[in-house]
Amino acid sequence: MATLTTQLCGWGRYPVHTCELERPDRYRDFHPGAVPAIARGRGRSYGDAALNQNGRVLLSERLNRFLAFDRERGVVRAEAGLTLEELLAVAIPRGWFPAVTPGTRYASLGGCVAADVHGKNHHRDGSFGDHVLGLELILADGNRLPCSPQEHPDAFWATIGGMGLTGLIGEVTLRLAPLESAHVVVQHRPARDLEQMFHLLEPSFDDHYTVAWVDCLAAGRDLGRGIAMAGHHAAPDELPSALRAIPLEHRPQRRHSLPFDLPGRVLNPWTVRAFNALYYRRQGGKGRFLAGYESFFYPLDGLLHWNRMYGKRGFLQYQCAIPTAEAFQGIKALLERLAASRRPSFLAVLKRFGPQGRGLLSFPTAGYTLALDLPLRDPGVFALLDELDRTVLVHGGRVYLAKDARLSPAAFRAMYPRYPEWLEIKRALDPEGSFSSSLSRRLAMGEEE
Amino acid sequence: MSQSVLILGATSAIARASAHAFAARGYRVYCAGRDMEELRRIAADLEIRHGTEVKYGRFDAEATDGHRAFLDGVTEEMGGLDGLLLAFGHLGDQVAARDFSAGAAVIARNFTGAASILGHAADYFESRGRGFIIGISSVAGDRGRQSNYVYGAAKGALSLYLQGLRNRLFPKGVRVITVKPGFVDTAMTFGMPGLFLVASPHYVAERIAGALDKGGDVLYLPWFWRYIMLIIVHIPETVFKRLKL
Repeated sequence: MATLTTQLCGWGRYPVHTCELERPDRYRDFHPGAVPAIARGRGRSYGDAALNQNGRVLLSERLNRFLAFDRERGVVRAEAGLTLEELLAVAIPRGWFPAVTPGTRYASLGGCVAADVHGKNHHRDGSFGDHVLGLELILADGNRLPCSPQEHPDAFWATIGGMGLTGLIGEVTLRLAPLESAHVVVQHRPARDLEQMFHLLEPSFDDHYTVAWVDCLAAGRDLGRGIAMAGHHAAPDELPSALRAIPLEHRPQRRHSLPFDLPGRVLNPWTVRAFNALYYRRQGGKGRFLAGYESFFYPLDGLLHWNRMYGKRGFLQYQCAIPTAEAFQGIKALLERLAASRRPSFLAVLKRFGPQGRGLLSFPTAGYTLALDLPLRDPGVFALLDELDRTVLVHGGRVYLAKDARLSPAAFRAMYPRYPEWLEIKRALDPEGSFSSSLSRRLAMGEEE
Repeated sequence: MSQSVLILGATSAIARASAHAFAARGYRVYCAGRDMEELRRIAADLEIRHGTEVKYGRFDAEATDGHRAFLDGVTEEMGGLDGLLLAFGHLGDQVAARDFSAGAAVIARNFTGAASILGHAADYFESRGRGFIIGISSVAGDRGRQSNYVYGAAKGALSLYLQGLRNRLFPKGVRVITVKPGFVDTAMTFGMPGLFLVASPHYVAERIAGALDKGGDVLYLPWFWRYIMLIIVHIPETVFKRLKL
């Protein structure tokens, strides 16, 4: 098959690696081949999960076909390259919605499985993998292994969150959730500090979806200031009468594009502070309102190429989860360290997770998760994140691999205690090490120590 | 009943995108090609996304003996046909120029096979007194170049064939459109060095399906290829033969 050797990066635009791309058109050509490879969907993981330095990358973007859609039961089967955007276009008019969706609709189903992504409803519905009824896993020898929680469950739970390292995810069968309208009833509640924020994230304030925005330049008394945002799909009787007859229709989100890299200096402590103050006042005062599903679930998708905001050197996304008992202390320590560093994180998101799922390398774990974007301006940011790793570890937490570009092998092993179990299954499924990525080699996934 | 279109060579990227463009316009679609597993996937996808009726079946451009029966079968299954998109093609490689058997396969698929099925289709649409034939040729057929003149010759012949067909069928109310894509982002061009202004299959497909609502006989895609080729065909042969193209 024709190949294209090119410089490739993830959504964070760091690191940039030389990869040899293949883009099969036909399902049977989605095949591992003799030289180690990693699959790549739409490149929405942030770091090096879908890169393969000096190695092969198999693009699934042309393998994006719906294969079955059961309108009565809300079950869809499709090739792994299908994006959530494409799924939404078919599902919403028929009254269905992904049971779990990440914050971008441009991700592929294969990527959602490989990273076992979560959404704002993790506390209620678990992660993406909890709604996958089955997969077709293409093994190193080209054989297609059907797996599900019932059939080859080991392979299944090693693949859910397995970062594409157990085989190529070829087809995904997904259970959708019934949907009454394309609108969301949203409630914003401002929190003046971290204590109040944790209070607002307690189950008594939960809605179907709950998440919080945190101003991470707020320090001292204001540390943890932010807005808790809760929402649920609007029931028809919650819609204004004009929409009640057409609850599943909506005006598409206006999409803008960032046509070029912003100079690295545009986002600095002053501009981010100003933005945050404005955002806190405006969004915090909104109270209860009706929103289109796109602006609620995919606010950043409205700005194509928003990753250019951080300049051409890119950014690091850091997302960690800390178990409930330690969460307040841990998150507080992280925010304090971050505020003291005076590195502006444009986006900081806090959310309470439900129980840990069954994916052996899945990220979500009962507790709280904090996600940060840090522009890559100088090497100092790596030292800062190493420090944050230690804080996360002290509090028994972990870092999300789909967003990572710099974790150490030792920290990874300490954060993912089910890794030895995963490794045993990986070796059984892929004895020759045919599936390998820049991430897997950085973290020495494949070796015990 | 809604209109129906037969797509020949339905598994290529341009054909796939064109099938979506037709289905989105309410057409019922018959997808034909050699790869039945792919056709099944493409047909399921079209049906689910567009809620239109899609059928598929095996068609081999080189097996010309079966073309008549194939077309009869399709028209019967679809309850008549309103149009046909010929999208199959085979680039081959430079070897085709030196090795006649490889070259013959390029000619057989791109031209002989096309002429055969188009001949039957022309009779069918002529007898109905309406319909359309869209043939995907190539800018490579506009002038012979050392890098792909076998493919170019076959596509050039196809362009001439379509031109003749257009002349014959115009008075009968049958529309014949020749499509000449430049560089399109498909498996044929993936990773090829030296490409510029590469169009997406979606772009090309939207214009192919959209061409039926407008006039025009020869459609260069993207449009600027008309002018690029206008320049290229006007370079004097004494100069052209010295160029490395």
